[in-house]
Amino acid sequence: MNKMEGQAPSPLPDQVLENVLETVLHFLSSRRDRNAASLVCKSWYRAEALTRSELFIGNCYAVSPRRATARFPRVRSLTIKGKPRFADFDLMPLNWGAHFTPWAQALAQSYPSLRRLHLKRMSLTDRDLTLLSLSFPHFQDLLLTCCEAFTTTGLAAIAANCRLLRVLDLAECVVEVADEEVDWISSFPETQEETHLESLVFDCVECPVNFQALERLVARSPSLRKLRLNRYVSMSQLHRLMHRAPQLTHLGTGSFSASELDPEPDYASAFAASKSLVCLSGFREIWPDYLPAIYPACANLTSLNFSYADINAHQLKSVIRHCHKLQTFWVLDSISDEGLQAVAETCKDLRELRVFPVNTREEIEGPVSEVGFEAISRGCRKLQSILFFCQRMTNAAVVAMSNNCPDLVVFRLCIIGQYRPDPETLEPMDEGFGAIVMNCKKLTRLAVSGLLTDRAFGYIGTYGKLIRTLSVAFAGDTDLGLKYVLEGCPNLQKLEIRDSPFGDGALRSGLHHFYNMRFLWMSSCKLTRQACQEVARRLPHLVLEVINSEEGKADDIEILYMYRSLDRPRDDAPKVVTILH
Amino acid sequence: MDNSLRISHEKELNLEATELRLGLPGSDEPEKRSVVRSNKRSSPEASEELECMSKGNMNSNGSDVTSDHDQDNVVPPAKAQVVGWPPIRSYRKNNLQQKKGEEGEGSGMYVKVSMAGAPYLRKIDLKVYKSYPELLKTLGNMFKCTFGEYSEREGYNGSEYAPTYEDKDGDWMLVGDVPWNMFVSSCKRLRIMKGSEAKGLGCL
Repeated sequence: MNKMEGQAPSPLPDQVLENVLETVLHFLSSRRDRNAASLVCKSWYRAEALTRSELFIGNCYAVSPRRATARFPRVRSLTIKGKPRFADFDLMPLNWGAHFTPWAQALAQSYPSLRRLHLKRMSLTDRDLTLLSLSFPHFQDLLLTCCEAFTTTGLAAIAANCRLLRVLDLAECVVEVADEEVDWISSFPETQEETHLESLVFDCVECPVNFQALERLVARSPSLRKLRLNRYVSMSQLHRLMHRAPQLTHLGTGSFSASELDPEPDYASAFAASKSLVCLSGFREIWPDYLPAIYPACANLTSLNFSYADINAHQLKSVIRHCHKLQTFWVLDSISDEGLQAVAETCKDLRELRVFPVNTREEIEGPVSEVGFEAISRGCRKLQSILFFCQRMTNAAVVAMSNNCPDLVVFRLCIIGQYRPDPETLEPMDEGFGAIVMNCKKLTRLAVSGLLTDRAFGYIGTYGKLIRTLSVAFAGDTDLGLKYVLEGCPNLQKLEIRDSPFGDGALRSGLHHFYNMRFLWMSSCKLTRQACQEVARRLPHLVLEVINSEEGKADDIEILYMYRSLDRPRDDAPKVVTILH
Repeated sequence: MDNSLRISHEKELNLEATELRLGLPGSDEPEKRSVVRSNKRSSPEASEELECMSKGNMNSNGSDVTSDHDQDNVVPPAKAQVVGWPPIRSYRKNNLQQKKGEEGEGSGMYVKVSMAGAPYLRKIDLKVYKSYPELLKTLGNMFKCTFGEYSEREGYNGSEYAPTYEDKDGDWMLVGDVPWNMFVSSCKRLRIMKGSEAKGLGCL
């Protein structure tokens, strides 16, 4: 907003510069570039703040809603992340925080033009959702990932009030069951001849939907490209929906098993008719007899998610042999090494692979091992991201992958047995992970497992210069391990450690770096309260949350969750959380 | 066959060589793992042992699993699970557990069960049942209906619903018309019809 407008005929040179700056900065989209631009001088800071329309807040407690909205008045798209990832694994107390309500209120006041909201690991209520639905007339996109505390009542409000709704994506949320089951799908106004919906993802909503209303909704949504159903939608209902929306590019099936119709519809023809399909997921409650239905779509698929489908190697092979274009593949280890071999033979373009375990017992002979892992590395040379759970892995296979897949950006290997050595050599897994950080020069995310000594961390500190996220569990010998990492990895932003023997000395070695990090998580390590207090004193903009299961001032810390913050520490913490500052 | 005879007979059969075992990798196993392993879960014995172990863990945290198998099979006790390990979201774990609850391990004899007027369909494993009364009780619970007394002449006369099935030849029969074992081997799918619909069926 130019104060000089309408006054002097020719604006002052400074003002011209600011106008030019704002115009140019409009084109700057990367937040890292924008952060850099804002540091040049005050005038650039102001111009950048006025032109930032996409705001990313990596930790909801790093900055207060008031401060964020005051600095950036013209935000149209907002992303906020709440709890740290280890909260997903029941390591945090319930009601720990990440409440969205204060944000909802601030946004409603300050951002009338808000169009897009993406929340991850936040706790939001039906009231919050209702407030959202009523406060933003231009609201288009709502994406909730791993969120909780709302019910279908909140969803109904969004459906009913957001006339321009384009995206409603609920991914892995815990949607509480309302006292009366709310028919939220029916809340989309039927009077609207055509909706603006492009994406509707509700596979995590664990209650039945009104199918007739859903079918009518899909029929009047000509822009719909992404549709992911929950398991209460049957095969034959899926068939109807597919015929209503042959333009879909992303489809998540509901229940993939027998339907009530007899004889059953021709599912294969529905998949053949959906010529734009590039991404398939769902397959809950799968009855493998129905897999052949998707064959017609396989040749075009770039993404396939079988991670809820307990299928064996033979069943997988019948599908995967058609999937030459596959780039993203999520699957259960039920397909075994033989199935992985088949993937390696066909999917030459694979970029991302995730293999989840059906059985998480560590003492079993798991169905996938270094054999399938190495086969993947040999067949899928373009691999960029891998998440692999197994009961058994060798250094040799990990080294092989480091050599065969130099483009790896994300390497997450979870050997389920704690402290497992290489079963062939009985050595620690140091050399394997060492090779990964040495050879994969683009690596930014690493998760380690198995028997690991300080040596492994030495490798990480020496070679892992681009690493931003590191996950450690049941690893290391002494403080040196953590020290290597904190001193050696200048780009480290997110560090999560559990059950490792790192103590106060190691913590102190990171003082120079903690302000550069989004957070540090250390649970069941060897930290003392005194050391944490010392860190809090020396770095006043750090918030150290100490969480002990028993209330009281125990010396040993069970959980330390530490993060930088521009504002005073939060006041919404439960009793089990003590904040040191 | 008395004990000594049985022992020598077993030696001849060389059961040990074909014995299926579960053990930690590297323990007592001379064979190298160079061959691509196919899906072990297809083996009913291995699956049974797995089920044994997981059940054992559910009953007594961390204690030794007792099994009916040979004492030579040293299966390590199922370990108590550590909180949050392995790092898999409960959302994902729950989804799988649901599935496992339904299907179980090993091969079953699943047939579809539909009901006139109901918009959904179920599957049941015929192998789980030993007799008609058991099966009918389950069907009744599943679909919230009753079937009344079966008689050869009158079928399920008097009840609102009657259970029927399609056999190998494509004929629709009344459940109960043939001996149980014959039924299990010939039944392709089940359908709960209205009593009136079912009147024309059966051997009559």
